[in-house]
Amino acid sequence: MAERVEQQAERQTELERIAGWFDRRTGLSGTVRSAMRKVFPDHWSFLLGEVALFAFVILLATGTFLTLFYTPDARTVTYEGPYTTLQGDTMSAAYASVMRLSFQVQAGLLVRQIHHWAALLFIGAIAAHLARIFFTGAFRRPRELNYLIGIGLLTMALGEGITGYSLPDDLLSGTGLRIVDSVMLSIPFVGPWLSSLLMGGPFPSEYILSRLFVVHVMLLPGVLVGGVTVHLALLWFQKHTQFRGHGAREDNVVGLSFFPGQTFRSLGLFFLTAAVIVLVAGLIQINPVWLYGPYVPYEAAVPAQPDWYVGWLEGLVRLGLPIEPTILGVTIPSPFVPGIVIPGALFTALAVWPFVEARLTHDHAEHHLLDPLWKTPIRTATGAAGVVLFLVLTLAGGNDVLAVMLNTPVETLTAIFRVLVVVAPVVTWLLVYRMARDTRAAHERQEHEGEPPEPPAVVLVRTPDGGFRDMEAGR
Amino acid sequence: MTNETGPDTRRVERLIALLFLIATLAGLGGAAVYLAGAQTQLEGAFLAVCLGGIGAGIILWSQFLLPGGLRQEARHPVADAADEQAVRDVLAEQGAITRRSMLVRALAGAVAGLGAAVVVPALSLGPAPGRSLFDTPWKSGMRMVGLDGQPIKASDVPVGGIVTGFPDGFPGSADGQTLLINVGQGMLNLPPDRMTGAPDGYVAYSKVCTHAGCPVGLYRDAQHQLVCPCHQSTFDVLDGAVPVAGPAGHPLPQLPIRIDPDGTVVALGGFTGPVGPAFWDMTDG
Repeated sequence: MAERVEQQAERQTELERIAGWFDRRTGLSGTVRSAMRKVFPDHWSFLLGEVALFAFVILLATGTFLTLFYTPDARTVTYEGPYTTLQGDTMSAAYASVMRLSFQVQAGLLVRQIHHWAALLFIGAIAAHLARIFFTGAFRRPRELNYLIGIGLLTMALGEGITGYSLPDDLLSGTGLRIVDSVMLSIPFVGPWLSSLLMGGPFPSEYILSRLFVVHVMLLPGVLVGGVTVHLALLWFQKHTQFRGHGAREDNVVGLSFFPGQTFRSLGLFFLTAAVIVLVAGLIQINPVWLYGPYVPYEAAVPAQPDWYVGWLEGLVRLGLPIEPTILGVTIPSPFVPGIVIPGALFTALAVWPFVEARLTHDHAEHHLLDPLWKTPIRTATGAAGVVLFLVLTLAGGNDVLAVMLNTPVETLTAIFRVLVVVAPVVTWLLVYRMARDTRAAHERQEHEGEPPEPPAVVLVRTPDGGFRDMEAGR
Repeated sequence: MTNETGPDTRRVERLIALLFLIATLAGLGGAAVYLAGAQTQLEGAFLAVCLGGIGAGIILWSQFLLPGGLRQEARHPVADAADEQAVRDVLAEQGAITRRSMLVRALAGAVAGLGAAVVVPALSLGPAPGRSLFDTPWKSGMRMVGLDGQPIKASDVPVGGIVTGFPDGFPGSADGQTLLINVGQGMLNLPPDRMTGAPDGYVAYSKVCTHAGCPVGLYRDAQHQLVCPCHQSTFDVLDGAVPVAGPAGHPLPQLPIRIDPDGTVVALGGFTGPVGPAFWDMTDG
């Protein structure tokens, strides 16, 4: 026992020696000490953003590996690799390099699949994080700016998803790119110019792969790294929001220290996130481009389903009305409204929500305590309607798959979805609004009657020596 | 729970050590699988166990061996009036900048000029769209060929049959791809001026969907409908390929053809309209 303590003391001295060496050269000890004492709220939903961050780290690592093998080259080559089905076929050098990565580079397929699964989780974690921020009102002053940065990061992440998906130049990704080009083309006045400038000429152009590559591996990751840094720095200086209870007030933060508590927890979470991604990526095949074949403009795969975060856009375009009016010589193409106007309006609405809400509620004060769902019926109802809209559109994006599953003509399903996409969010809004308002009224009644709406948050912890202590008092 | 000794603590320590040991072995196992020739599933499983062991060990460590308990930290308003005033004071001292508004405006003009010079070269990224969205390789007198470059014979397409053709010299062409369909004599219901370009029940339409540009690859021959696999736009072949379901907003353009005595299919001209998805000035063609 005594020996152990002594050893420990010696180790600490060693650590101190190193720390001292650094401090004499940087003078950072004070900063580090206060950083170590920084308090992080203890709630699982605060880890959603961390999962996104960790998935991003994994994406950067695996993406770097993939970059060493991928060739963004549209030139035609003849396949001579080990995959017999395609031997002798012509394809782009880009597709051939993905084939080589999947079949000849040892561990290449695993890394490719980790990258793809990590991307799905990355955007999923961002979406869940955003939902938590939205529903609890964490975007209110002073965090509107960081909220906007977050929306920007989500947009960049979606851009990364779409550009990355397009790089292998397989039949699915090439068809997807054609659709993106068509949506771009639909913008009045600038569409044809925009398409020509971004693609480098009429679709399919020889430049598009190298351009997507630069955007995917340099521009967007650079912006993402910068954006994430600012996002975290602002979080650090503004301190976390927190849920009520455990003595949380507007003028304090209650939680674990950054070191060692939160550091260990985050580090553990990083490894567990990586473990889940690698396990799924090792065992479940994703994007088997060799089954789709190389892209040719005159063939299409059926049924084609995009990654989960694009399904709602696909649904919007599928539900688009077959109307193409020409007004004063200007044709409004059918994909313009569902492909550009509605997604643009939805993202704009999401981005300006903090400012709209502040104006509606006349509440411009600083807020650090999070709201329970019932407390803000309009916000909760709007968020729920948004989630339902996303779900309906995602289902509509798979209407051909559903048609086969339900043995129903796809035209019938499309007609149903065109109604549902309007009705379902409205009904959800009304229902959730009522529920939240009733719950809020019940809480207010209880408060009037003098009953506390929540029991006082006292947590008793039993200590190893058999005593009890109050968590708040015993810190 | 946060005590440094005691039987519970020792058990947790042993468990964490075991997890780290498993992680070590799994990591080595993963490396061994790679050296033995790499097998994706096994490699993934070993790597996952290694990562999971480290993660679980660290989490247990933090839950049971680290000093726990909640702490409090004070929070202050974000804005600090004194700091803001200090910044204002510094700015006020710099009258040399703010007083010279004429110079500031002139500098802004210079920067705008620089911006124009820097932004305009973005036009190098691609050619002006010009006629590229209106024109295809098809010209009057051009034969229709298959992917192999060999002429397509009308007799190769039985009633109810469909084949993908290209302009001679452009096999695989993205904007020249055409569907040749034999619907049988007397079935077509085209405008009179279009009937001459669809002889003997043979009619040719652009294969590029007018909605979002996918190849319209599915043919329901019983209903004489073409269906796009991407967004299920459906076109009536007998009625000039007008859209009857889905999101497409205008018909597939028709390629007027004739059938030569030797059975080859020859274009009488270009398509009846621009192929592919709509764009704002498409009616100017």
